[in-house]
Amino acid sequence: MPAETKQPKEPMPPLKLWAHIVAVAWLIPGAGHFLLKRRARAAILCASVVLMFVLGLMMRGMLFEPQTGDLLTTVIYVGGFLGNLASGLLYLLTVWLGYTQPDVAGHVHDYGTKFLVAAGLLNVLAMVDAFEIAVGRKD
Amino acid sequence: MKMSLSHFEFAILFALVTSVVMGIVTKKTDRERIRYALYCFACFVGTLFGLGWLMYFGHR
Repeated sequence: MPAETKQPKEPMPPLKLWAHIVAVAWLIPGAGHFLLKRRARAAILCASVVLMFVLGLMMRGMLFEPQTGDLLTTVIYVGGFLGNLASGLLYLLTVWLGYTQPDVAGHVHDYGTKFLVAAGLLNVLAMVDAFEIAVGRKD
Repeated sequence: MKMSLSHFEFAILFALVTSVVMGIVTKKTDRERIRYALYCFACFVGTLFGLGWLMYFGHR
């Protein structure tokens, strides 16, 4: 069996190349792609993340607040908070305008909570994609 | 306004939006993106039905 050759680690691209793109992509879903002139992709990403987030709100989903305690509580609440925060301006506006919902039992609310976190995670995927385009690793 | 759908409708909606984003961010050409988004959606729906039947038989 041939010995595995270790791939050399790619050097980190200069911060000025991608930092503002990733920051804008976080704040406004799809805006990173828009700045990179991928307008159709930007529109679809923006629509998808906003749709997921608004559906979550319409299902009266809960937005997580960071809590610590035992390991499971920490993972769920801090992880959920980070997931929510990744939605950027959508999350910030929801909190500032007071649209947060209490944690209520029921399958609709539960799906709403998942949709809100998933919207943030989809935005993370969009941010990573914008980063790769900005540094020239992807078209 | 409050939205209220069934488990199945929620899961389909979730699968649809997630598949679209995954198709866009993972592939390089439009044709590959559409194919991958359809593949992801089919996997989501297949898993949904699979788990649904599993729970049905597990509950009998």
